[in-house]
Amino acid sequence: MSAAPIAKRDAEAEAQGKAASWYEASARERVRLFLDVHSFQEFIGPEQREISPHLRIFNLPEQFDDGMIVGQGLLEGQTVFVAAQEGRFMGGAFGEVHGAKLTGLLRAVRDAKSIPLLILFDTGGVRLQEANAGELAIAEIMRALIEARTAGAKVIGLIGGRAGCYGGGGLIAGCCSALAVSEHGRISVSGPEVIETNRGVEEFDSKDRALVWRTMGGKHRRLIGGAEMFMDDTIDSFRAVAIQLCRCASAFDTAVLQSEQMRLKQRLRQFGFCPDALDIWRSQGIENSDAVPDMAADDFIALANRIREPRYDAR
Amino acid sequence: MTLDEILYSLFPQGHDVEKNDRGLVRGSGALAGGGRVQVLGVVDRTPIGADEALQLSEWVLDVIALGGSEPILILVDSDSQRMSKRDELLGLNEYLAHLAKALIHADLQGHATVGLLFGHTAAGAFIATALATRTLVALPGAQPEVMDLPSMSRVTKLPIEILMEKAKSTPVFAPGLENLAQTGAVCAIWNDKRSLADQLQVLLHERRAHRDQRDALGKLRNGRPKAADIQDRVRELALQAQ
Repeated sequence: MSAAPIAKRDAEAEAQGKAASWYEASARERVRLFLDVHSFQEFIGPEQREISPHLRIFNLPEQFDDGMIVGQGLLEGQTVFVAAQEGRFMGGAFGEVHGAKLTGLLRAVRDAKSIPLLILFDTGGVRLQEANAGELAIAEIMRALIEARTAGAKVIGLIGGRAGCYGGGGLIAGCCSALAVSEHGRISVSGPEVIETNRGVEEFDSKDRALVWRTMGGKHRRLIGGAEMFMDDTIDSFRAVAIQLCRCASAFDTAVLQSEQMRLKQRLRQFGFCPDALDIWRSQGIENSDAVPDMAADDFIALANRIREPRYDAR
Repeated sequence: MTLDEILYSLFPQGHDVEKNDRGLVRGSGALAGGGRVQVLGVVDRTPIGADEALQLSEWVLDVIALGGSEPILILVDSDSQRMSKRDELLGLNEYLAHLAKALIHADLQGHATVGLLFGHTAAGAFIATALATRTLVALPGAQPEVMDLPSMSRVTKLPIEILMEKAKSTPVFAPGLENLAQTGAVCAIWNDKRSLADQLQVLLHERRAHRDQRDALGKLRNGRPKAADIQDRVRELALQAQ
C-alpha cells in the first residue's frame, strides 16, 4: 500500500455533502462527495469509452461508463474499493460491461484480501436487452463476492438510489457482509410491475405506492433484519454508516451460514402468516404501526434499535 | 427425460433420491467408480419461494456439516422465483442469496457442485440454483430464461411483437439453452442417448480450475465479447493501484 498523505475532506465538500440528497445525486456525485476529497481513482473510466456491445441492436443510446463506476479511494484515510451504479442510465441494470467491471473489482478485492469494497447499489436488476449476459454477470459477481469474503475481505452494500435494488441486484445485496438502507432504498427480487403482470392486480397493485414502500422499502427491511442499518437520505449519513459498517461487518464461514439459516427460519416462523407489513410491525410490538411510513429518520432509527438490535454474525 | 429416467441413468447402481410433496428432491446416489453423490433439486417446474429456498439451503448445510468431499448434484426444473407479495414481504432476496451462498461455500469447502438443468428455470431461481454451481450442464430441450417475454415487454416498454422478432436474431437477450450456453453460463449440453452416469463420471474426474471459468467460455463462444477482458483489466488496475 502506498504511503499517500491522508486527504481529509475540506470544509466546502463537507458542507456540500451534508446538504446533498443521496437519492437525487448521480452515481459520480455520490462517489465524489462520499469519499475523502480528491481521493477517488477510477478504473476504466468513461474516457475509455467501453460501451455496451449490445444496446445498439435496440437502437438505444450507450453511455461511456455503461452505468457502472469502479475504482478506489479513501474513507477517513483508509483505502477502500468502490463500485457505484448509475440508476439514471438503463435503470442501473446489469449488462455485460456493467457487470464485468464489478466482477473484476471483486476479484481484486479477493486477491488483496483486506481492503473493503463498498457497493453503491442503484439497480432494477438484469438489463433485459442483454438479458443472458446480465444474468450470468450477476452469478459471476455472487461467486466472486463470496470468494472475496472467504479470503477475509468485507463487502458493504449501500442502498438508497432511484432505481432501488431489484432482481439480481437484491440477490447480490444478500451476499454482502452488511447492508445499510435509506427510506428510498427498496430491496426486492420481483418488482411490483412484474408481480402484477404475472399474478394480477389482486396479488400486488403496482400503482399503490404506499404498498410498494411498506413491502419493499428501507424501513421494512431494517425492521425485519433485511438490512443492518437505516440512515437518513444525505450523503453524509451514508458516509458515516459506511465507516461504521467497515468496522463491524461479519466474516464469512460455515458458522455464519448456519446462523443465517436460523435467522431466516425464525423470520418465516414469526412473520410467515402476516398478510401485510403493518401486521408484521404490529407483531413486533410497534403499537402505532400506521405511523411508521411517515416517521422522521431519527425517530425511526431509535424505534428500530429498540425493536431489533442489528446483528453482524448471520449474513 | 423424466426425473425417474434421469436418476436411473445417473445411478444404475442405485439411489435413494425422493421427491417431497413440495416439488423438492433430496437423497444420494452411488457412483460407478465408488463413492456417492449428494443429490438435491427442484422439479415439476416449482417456483422457488422463501420456504423452498430455505429447505434447499438447509440440505446444502447438512452436507457441509457432514464433512468429506462428496460432490453435490442439483437437479433443476423450476419456475422463476415465486412472485408474490408474501415472499417479497419476507425478504425473498435474502433466502435466494443464502441458498446461492451455501452452494458456493460448499464448493469452496471441497464439495464439487454440479448443476443439471433438465427442464425449465428462470430469473432469480436460476441464479440461486443452477448458476450458483461450479459446473452447470444441461440436457437437450432444457429451457432456461431470464424473464418471460410478457414481463420483459412490461419492463422494457417494448411491444411483445418486437421482442419476439428480436428474439429470433439476438442470442444475447433471447431465452433458450443455446443462447445461454453461448454466454458461458452452461458448460456443456449432455447427450441424453448416452449413459448419464458415464458423463457425470467424466465431469467429476476432469480437473477443474477452482476459479470461475465462465467469462473465458463466453469469449471463446462469442456470446460475451467484452466481459472477460474488462474483468481482467479492472482486476489488474485495482491490484496495481495498491
